[in-house]
Amino acid sequence: MIDLSINTDLARKILTGFIESEIARVGFSRGVINLSGGLDSALSCALAAEALGSENVLALRLPYHTSSSESLEHAQMVIEQFKVQSETIDITDMVDPFIQRDPQMSNVRKGNIMARARMILLYDQTEAFNGLAIGTSNKTEILLGYSTLWGDSAAAMNPIGDLYKTQARQLARAMGIPSVIIDKPPSADLWVGQTDEDELGFTYEEVDKLLYLLVDQRYSPQECVEAGFGQLFVEKVVTLIRRTQFKRMLPPIAKISNRTVGYDFLYLRDWGT
Amino acid sequence: MQLNLALAQITTKLGDVQANLAAHLNLLDEAKRQDADLVVFPELSLTGYVLQDLVPSVAHKPTDDDPVFKHLLKASQDLDLVVGFVDEDSRHRFYIASAYLSGGKVLHVHHKVYLPTYGLFDEGRFFAWGDSIRAFDTRFGRMGLLICEDFWHASPPYLLWLDGADVFLLSSSSPGRGLNDNEKLESARWVERVNQTYASLFTSFVAHTNRVGYEDGLHFWGGATVFDPNGELLVKGPYHEEALTFATLDLNQLHRTRARLPLLRDERTHLVEQELKRILSK
Repeated sequence: MIDLSINTDLARKILTGFIESEIARVGFSRGVINLSGGLDSALSCALAAEALGSENVLALRLPYHTSSSESLEHAQMVIEQFKVQSETIDITDMVDPFIQRDPQMSNVRKGNIMARARMILLYDQTEAFNGLAIGTSNKTEILLGYSTLWGDSAAAMNPIGDLYKTQARQLARAMGIPSVIIDKPPSADLWVGQTDEDELGFTYEEVDKLLYLLVDQRYSPQECVEAGFGQLFVEKVVTLIRRTQFKRMLPPIAKISNRTVGYDFLYLRDWGT
Repeated sequence: MQLNLALAQITTKLGDVQANLAAHLNLLDEAKRQDADLVVFPELSLTGYVLQDLVPSVAHKPTDDDPVFKHLLKASQDLDLVVGFVDEDSRHRFYIASAYLSGGKVLHVHHKVYLPTYGLFDEGRFFAWGDSIRAFDTRFGRMGLLICEDFWHASPPYLLWLDGADVFLLSSSSPGRGLNDNEKLESARWVERVNQTYASLFTSFVAHTNRVGYEDGLHFWGGATVFDPNGELLVKGPYHEEALTFATLDLNQLHRTRARLPLLRDERTHLVEQELKRILSK
């Protein structure tokens, strides 16, 4: 039996401490967060508000004209519940000129443009608000590479990046995120009717258990099949993890000198703080 | 005899020795005001933990002409202390080290003998391996120092015990990991379990100071403990917060426990030697 339950009090303590530390030690006191209306950003926002104080968190609602009105409403619920500052900027006028350049443009390309437009606004607002960008990616989507590179994956820190989606749900419940947000099908809302689980082809419930065995418990793919997971499912997930490794790293630098960033020039980001 | 022990679970500035020294001196003042006899700081308390390429630039020598140690040695005129630092030897090898200072003198320096180089750890890449495990005499009796991974192995505490240590001073920079539905992290439970076990098996005092704070995404969980020679918990520091945790060690407890439970008297060291020789000669 694979049990992914976590002690939410302990998770909350560690993650709020992380946000506070990583912002304060570089001379800031504030954070900016893109609030999609979904679970992960709601949770990250709640953690940031607890860590930094509500008045020190700016939540951005960045709808495109096809975004569901429900997403906007859910984001507003989080803003009101956690009393964070907020701003709403419609990205349609930013995004459409790109999209109109190619009538054949696929949904994935459009989605990537939206995600990157939101990243530009997020980073612009960090400068205006004098804060750092707080990321919202969970462990499941990081491992599966289910994000837009330099888009929704871009941030100064990632408080929930070591929580699987099902664990993020647990913590969200403990922090009082409205159940309508926790219980709805997860969606990037990049096109009408999109859901994560349709696009991925499996549920978070299933894949989190498999990832836990593969990654945390170091099971071989064959051992996962023996533990009851379907062979094709295991192969698909193993391949996804391997093929998206590039999304989890900075671009490699071609080494020619004696000392090269990324190989033998090694310092933590928190160097000197 | 009693020993007023203070366990200083602090956070550190990564690579900023001067800032960390100032924090040490403040805490030593505080501990002195509260009548501490001995203050134990965590592993690498003067430097921070994930040093990587900072190692050569934060190294110091535990001598009275060193710009950092001269202040600590002066402070040790008033109370004993154990400090964590990077030691550079005369051949320019760098060690993770702990020094016991007392009465303006360095009584003992321990170089970490087990450098974890697996999983999230990379110590063997940056540091030299220590090569001795020795107990030493203090004004409170004979003690031993070990650093983090040293006591994840059973042999270093065992050797200290045979070398006469009755008080084990353990220090760590232990990154928290293994969150499940338990109220404690797996790493915290593991360390508390082995420390309690050493106190019980060696009928000795086992004090542990672990740091707190964050370095990038790593967090350090604190939770200083002292176990007595009966294996009972004497004090427990908070998790995840800076604290100075005080414990009064009644050193006569060693007499009472060992009168009841003569594990040290009955330890068959020659049998151990004989069997080790056989095993190693295979």
